[in-house]
Amino acid sequence: MALSDLANPSRFLSVANRAIPWLGGVTVVAFAFGLDLAMGAPDDYQQGATVKIMFLHVPSAWLGMLAWGVMSVAALGTLVWRHPLADVAAKAAAPIGAAFTLLCLVTGSLWGRPEWGTYWVWDARLTSELVLLLLYLGVIALWRTVEDPSRAARAAAILTLVGAIDLPIIKFSVDWWNTLHQSASVFRMGGPTIYPTILIPLLVMTLAFTLLFVTLHVAAMRNEILRRRVRTLRLMQASAVS
Amino acid sequence: MSPLAALLVRDMRIAVRVGGGAFMGVLFFLVVVTLVPFALGPDLALLKRIGPAILWLAALLANLLALDRLFAADHEDGSLDLVLMSRAPLEIVVAVKGVAHWLSTGLPLIIAAPLIGLLLNLDARGDTTLVLTLLVGTPALTFIGLIGAAIAVALRRGGLLLAVLVLPLTVPVLIFGVAAANAALAGPVTFGTPFVILCALSLASLVVGPFAAAAALRQELE
Repeated sequence: MALSDLANPSRFLSVANRAIPWLGGVTVVAFAFGLDLAMGAPDDYQQGATVKIMFLHVPSAWLGMLAWGVMSVAALGTLVWRHPLADVAAKAAAPIGAAFTLLCLVTGSLWGRPEWGTYWVWDARLTSELVLLLLYLGVIALWRTVEDPSRAARAAAILTLVGAIDLPIIKFSVDWWNTLHQSASVFRMGGPTIYPTILIPLLVMTLAFTLLFVTLHVAAMRNEILRRRVRTLRLMQASAVS
Repeated sequence: MSPLAALLVRDMRIAVRVGGGAFMGVLFFLVVVTLVPFALGPDLALLKRIGPAILWLAALLANLLALDRLFAADHEDGSLDLVLMSRAPLEIVVAVKGVAHWLSTGLPLIIAAPLIGLLLNLDARGDTTLVLTLLVGTPALTFIGLIGAAIAVALRRGGLLLAVLVLPLTVPVLIFGVAAANAALAGPVTFGTPFVILCALSLASLVVGPFAAAAALRQELE
């Protein structure tokens, strides 16, 4: 079966319905494996057990970026091929990306409290993550403002692509901005390189989170297709009555 | 007169006539700056330190004011459809409308900025660099804003959505604008570096803004 066959929404639905239990199962196995490794990982000699927050924090940050990437690819599909499934993919990815970005911010600030003594500093990484969250919320707001789904998709696609151009610039400028205002407690990932005892659980957890994203995204796409069919049926019903 | 020049003249005329937004922006700018000392207290040393940042924030907000009407007003009276059907490329038309918007809201701000800077205790050197950064940076605000204005053209709550969509995208302009303006007053970096990056941001938005806005208009109004 070619990949283009999936572009048919009905075919996508049948494949998704069969794939979702398997994807969910693999995700659960990966999480079980990853969490076991993470719990078995040694504590950091300075940070103690709080270093384990990293196993949730870093994969969340990765998914926050991955979701925008998926949305950008889907945006190209919307604008170039006008494909409804691309609209659905873009719409389904936005709330998931926003949720993981928020999770990244929350775990980060819970980690920051014992390590830096504060929940929030205007550090470059934190600030650009916050701006990413704002952009996600803007896209979601746009989806919720335009009633017609295909018009909303095209408006959101343009915003997504502009955001994809602007996000690296924001990241770079926020880095510059932070070097100007050197804060008291700057978070540094450098220093000692990450040991394999920590790195391997981190990679497994990242894989598990990515599988979780794929599962949630496929399920959200299925729900969105069904939601659109319900909407169409309601519109037909309403026009039949009148 | 070429169609593009005619469009520029028309937009400028609408902006300066009754119901236009040209002087509203300056007035808003002045009001925001006046409110700041009430909130922070009349400490001249403090105001001098944060003056460029306040003026930049006020310019950013004042720029947003007229943006939501930029395409929406033309959409309501039907002239946007005529423009879409005309032979002039839509990207250039959008850029011309952006230039008209900048001339009617950005330029008055820049002219007023030295006077308003005096209220915030900026000296001659600080004023000059502030005007330079605003002159270079406000086109970027306008042309990034064009995208939001085009996306929100047919929406009922367009103005509110516009601010939510556009303001996060202007973070780099704000950072480098304020950095360049502050560098002249006191700062570890030279004025040149952030200023050149600010120029680059403006030039990039001059290209990206009209293309993205024109694409959005085509998608919205077909």
